[in-house]
Amino acid sequence: MFDAFSNALAFSLLGLDPASRTGAAVQFFIMDVAKIFALLVVVIYVMGLLRALVAPEKVRAFVRGRPDWQARGLAVSLGAVTPFCSCSSVPLFIGFVEAGIPLGVTFSFLIASPMINEVAAVILVGVLGWKLAVLYILAGLVVAWFGGLVMQRFRPERWVEDYVWKIQMGETVLPEPDTSFTGRHRFALTEVREIVGRIWKWVLIGIGVGALFHGFVPAGWVSEYLGGDKWYTVPAAVVLGIPLYSNATGVIPIAEAMLGKGVAVGTTLALMMSVAALSLPELLILRKVIKWQALALLAAVLAIAFTLVGWGFNAIV
Amino acid sequence: MKQIKILGSGCRNCEITANVIAQAAKDAGVDVEIEKITDIAEIMAYGVMSTPGVVVDGKVVHAGGLPGPDQARAWVRD
Repeated sequence: MFDAFSNALAFSLLGLDPASRTGAAVQFFIMDVAKIFALLVVVIYVMGLLRALVAPEKVRAFVRGRPDWQARGLAVSLGAVTPFCSCSSVPLFIGFVEAGIPLGVTFSFLIASPMINEVAAVILVGVLGWKLAVLYILAGLVVAWFGGLVMQRFRPERWVEDYVWKIQMGETVLPEPDTSFTGRHRFALTEVREIVGRIWKWVLIGIGVGALFHGFVPAGWVSEYLGGDKWYTVPAAVVLGIPLYSNATGVIPIAEAMLGKGVAVGTTLALMMSVAALSLPELLILRKVIKWQALALLAAVLAIAFTLVGWGFNAIV
Repeated sequence: MKQIKILGSGCRNCEITANVIAQAAKDAGVDVEIEKITDIAEIMAYGVMSTPGVVVDGKVVHAGGLPGPDQARAWVRD
């Protein structure tokens, strides 16, 4: 459906040559804009109707006071289903600390949350197929689990800013959500408007980069320099992702274009994870609550983890 | 007069929330006092982690995401 639509628009209406570079890029762009935004709206609306979006206050209440492995399991899986706005990472961090949740568990949550969410998961399946979606999600869960565990080893408590320990969090009964159909419908619409309003730029940039890659990067160049047998492609992809920020959905069209040109699966996954979960602007927000040593450690742990994931997949796939 | 507090550390959604409520109060012809709370310790003291939050006369009525215009109308009324 999206194929036919984008072909008609790019080649018949705009009169571009399907064999030309511009033609290929424009067709890719139109197809992905139509497909990804349609999926985004539908998925967010349905999740909103089901009220499947879990509030951080609930996560905190679920996780607190549990033995370490249970807390970590919950933090990783709840992080994966919590759509996360980086603007709430600071209150979230403080709320977890105040609840006595171990810092390693909090880091597991902070790693899982931007990397995996249910909206991105559905779009991954729609654009890249379920196999790659499963690989990405499993790898993300494993990285979040062990990333937090490794952070804990370094006793990160000493790097938490002093004022954080002093904050007392109030107990409030949050208003009960309206669960009638109209209430759900209204909530779902607000969610669509809010989330699409927040991420559309990233998605559009992602599709643009993907389209340029698809149209203008020759497959021969890719296999020459970015083939799976070149060890340096994975760390290069991770390093490239650090200054770049996009959200988990925005990076999908880039991955689509890379895989289409024959970039190895592990290299692609490493770039996706690095762009979504390891980025300077995101890390700098956390500087309000932890000292730079902890930020550097977190960045190092993630960079190493993503590199291992990339090499691992390049070796087995 | 109703006292409404907007909890949020200055993100865009907090601004929008304040505007939505101010507009609802104007439309209803009600005088309200809107105060923005940006201090993180004070926000957390209300038990709110997801911002923007809305507090009406000391009671948290909303946390996380933009409120709908009908919600804002309900807060400024009665």
